[in-house]
Amino acid sequence: MSEFRMPSLGADMESGTLVEWLIRPGERVERGQVVAVVETQKGAIDVEIWEAGSVERLVAEEGQKVPVGEVLALIRGEDEATGRQVPADRHTLEASRAPDLSPPPARAIPETPAAGERLRISPAARKRAAELGLDPAGVSGSGVGGSVTLDDIARAAEAGEPAPSARTAPTTDAHAAMRQAIAAAMARSKREIPHYYLGHTLCVEPALAWLEAHNAERPVAERLIFPVLQLRAVALALEAVPELNGWYRDGAFQPAEGVHLGVAIALRGGGLVAPALHDTDRLSPDAMMTALRDLLTRARKDRLRSSELTAAGLTVTNLGDLGVESVQGVIYPPQVALVGFGCLVERPWVRDGQVVAARCLHASLAADHRVSDGAIGARFLRQLTDHLQEPERLWPT
Amino acid sequence: MADLSRDALRDTVIDCILAVAPEADVDALSPGRPWREALEIDSFDFLNILVDLEKRLGVSVPESDYHELATLDGLIDYLERRLAS
Repeated sequence: MSEFRMPSLGADMESGTLVEWLIRPGERVERGQVVAVVETQKGAIDVEIWEAGSVERLVAEEGQKVPVGEVLALIRGEDEATGRQVPADRHTLEASRAPDLSPPPARAIPETPAAGERLRISPAARKRAAELGLDPAGVSGSGVGGSVTLDDIARAAEAGEPAPSARTAPTTDAHAAMRQAIAAAMARSKREIPHYYLGHTLCVEPALAWLEAHNAERPVAERLIFPVLQLRAVALALEAVPELNGWYRDGAFQPAEGVHLGVAIALRGGGLVAPALHDTDRLSPDAMMTALRDLLTRARKDRLRSSELTAAGLTVTNLGDLGVESVQGVIYPPQVALVGFGCLVERPWVRDGQVVAARCLHASLAADHRVSDGAIGARFLRQLTDHLQEPERLWPT
Repeated sequence: MADLSRDALRDTVIDCILAVAPEADVDALSPGRPWREALEIDSFDFLNILVDLEKRLGVSVPESDYHELATLDGLIDYLERRLAS
């Protein structure tokens, strides 16, 4: 019998509230299957299981707050004869994940929700509202992005009357929780990690020409966006310089298995998440666009998966859409580096001895000096900018 | 579609923006200023807005025309022109 435990979904997580079981006793579970929804400071997370077997017993109840590492359910494993236990430690869990494990199938999500369907609510909250005969649309959401949580439904039921609108700004509670999570992680980063910073401005005209040619014949819905090229270039640079892909734990660098880039995503209504784009280095342009679309959509709908919160070996932040020219990033502990991109700006550029107008981009690296030195950082940044300047090298045929 | 009034066109554009960014304060937007930065619309949101506009108006915007869509007025002008042609 193995024990499925509350995972740690971030360096500072102490406990999570089990909001919904997606499995029943007796049911078969597969590796990578989403089996529960857990509410954390970072919103509701779809928690995956990494052991196949059948569900023996659900130990924790829906609505229960469970400390990290406590048993949620008992699973009868396929190799039950060995009596092997699932390691509770998430590091071991992540490490034991086969790198070629394909990500679980994406939930079907409409790409552009029709007006009137924009109510954000967790499945558990929706179910509870139905039981209570409450219209969730009338309940004010305090979750991330204004989503209606189990607590909101309980409060509305207690108050006896629904709050005026589901689309009022999230309460200070959810904001405060996420702010606190970010504050803890970033304070730890600046306290513990001796950052060093490198930056480079490059001309992206060739990359933009590549992108325009790629998109020219395609309907809008199938086009790529520039960040796909940036992520690809970072992934290839990390393959060449693996010293920056991983975590600093217990006084030593632990390399990541595979390239899973964290993608910093600003949430509407405030806050930030940086889930992992699994196997970034193995994705074709279209596959990466699909995966990125899925990740962004789920991040904003409060439906990230547990593995996405723990797998990233390096995070990429792109503040270009906000008109920022350069970023000196703060590393997400226990990661050891962060790549920052600014906006595309038109600048005088010297090409073949001539000054021309060209769109340029600033790429930066913040890295942990306990793990790497400037020479390694420079090698990485050079790889990154070379790939972005020679886009035909991004996906060589 | 070609007889869509400018006001109706503006409403459609705003509907498409609000579908992506429900909290956007579109009224506070200055029509001659870059709207994407003001409303924090990233390239992914922008693509979704274009998909929605194509669905509603039948206008597919080639990437080479993106620079004409920087301001709200520019975007509406562009769509008006494309619908009229």
